[in-house]
Amino acid sequence: MCLAIPAKVLEIDYPFATVSLGGAKRKVRVDLLEDVKPGDYVLVHVGLAIQKVSEEEVREIERLWEELLRE
Amino acid sequence: MGGVVERIVEKIREESKEFEEVKIMHLCGTHEDTISKYNIRSLIPENVKLLAGPGCPVCIIPDEDLQKVFHLLEKEDVILTTFGDMARVPFEGKSLFHYRAKGKDVRIVYSVFDALEIAKNSDKNVVFFAIGFETTMPSTAVAAKEAPENFFIFSAHRFFIPAMEALMPNSEIDGYINPGHVSTIVGVVAYEGLTKYKTPMVISGFEPEDVLLSILMLLKAIKNGSPLLMNEYVRAVRYEGNVKAKEVMNEVFDAEDGSWRGLGIIPNSKASLSRVYENCDAEKFFEDVFEDFVPKEDKRKRNCLCGEILKGKAFPTDCKLFMKACTPRDPIGSCMVSFEGTCNIWAKYGKSL
Ligand code: SF4
Repeated sequence: MCLAIPAKVLEIDYPFATVSLGGAKRKVRVDLLEDVKPGDYVLVHVGLAIQKVSEEEVREIERLWEELLRE
Repeated sequence: MGGVVERIVEKIREESKEFEEVKIMHLCGTHEDTISKYNIRSLIPENVKLLAGPGCPVCIIPDEDLQKVFHLLEKEDVILTTFGDMARVPFEGKSLFHYRAKGKDVRIVYSVFDALEIAKNSDKNVVFFAIGFETTMPSTAVAAKEAPENFFIFSAHRFFIPAMEALMPNSEIDGYINPGHVSTIVGVVAYEGLTKYKTPMVISGFEPEDVLLSILMLLKAIKNGSPLLMNEYVRAVRYEGNVKAKEVMNEVFDAEDGSWRGLGIIPNSKASLSRVYENCDAEKFFEDVFEDFVPKEDKRKRNCLCGEILKGKAFPTDCKLFMKACTPRDPIGSCMVSFEGTCNIWAKYGKSL
């Protein structure tokens, strides 16, 4: 139930957006997020985008992994 | 990222050497899925015990809520909408699918917005049986704000943070893996009040690397007595969470004392529709229908250990019915129904100890 899936935003038609979810196009609501743009990645849960996933932070976690493993 | 898993496992082995036993509890069914799917329990040393907590929203809904929905279906000609998982939960051998087979209008929806669409295109009253933690609540809240006159919400939503508040004092658990997607909404900030229990917590993502790294972070924190609150899932969880989602959730829902399977009554854990939204509250609108409602006990569940499993006190294999009388095809308890239920997950991937 609490599963949220990352999806790429293709088009905005506020409060909706078309996203690519595992290859399939889907209409989801994005009105609980601040300034979503095409190209952004969002986490989708039951038809609602609940958070943006940032590329930078994906890299950040890799850095964290490296750091912890090096210690 | 090749070899990352092996490297983290190696570190976990080193870190865990000095402990006799460490008990780590995760609080999200999706974490149990990752743990069982990738056999994480067998990858890590035996003295690091991974327990499953009450992190499955379908599982923790008490029978009373389900019976109430059945009662409503029996008395009123409504279109009942809910998620697929919930529709399969049995009470005395009957589920919402059973009612559908008997001719009741029960519809499975992917989201509350689909239920809203059904209401907009129908003259009948549409009831959405709403379940889920803070991850799911914002969607229901958004729908409540746009509800047409014939749309009602039966809220079985539960706030997860109060459950942690109930769980943490006097617990034998040494460290917690906090639910990742609940945290995308509530944020790191929501757990700050829980640091008073001095048990380290880490918000974790759902890849096997995330879970393993979280275990490693916890082991270090348990050893040092700090930090008490860590965020491993930085790519999706911000300090403040999703502020807009929290706002709409707080506007639409009030917190009341609510009952949980296995955990009993937890203060301020049930999300009921607030005054302003009471026009779409199914329990208020159909008040008369519920007047003669009396909860019963399901005799089939007498030997079901779901309640103990949700507290981390038992594993599915401790249940005599597991994969005998109780299977995913013919489940007895909710833990065998939901894709986030520990019994269902263990049935899917085989024994996971
Ligand atoms: S196996 Fe079935 S009966 Fe046993 S605890 Fe799990 S859900 Fe309950």
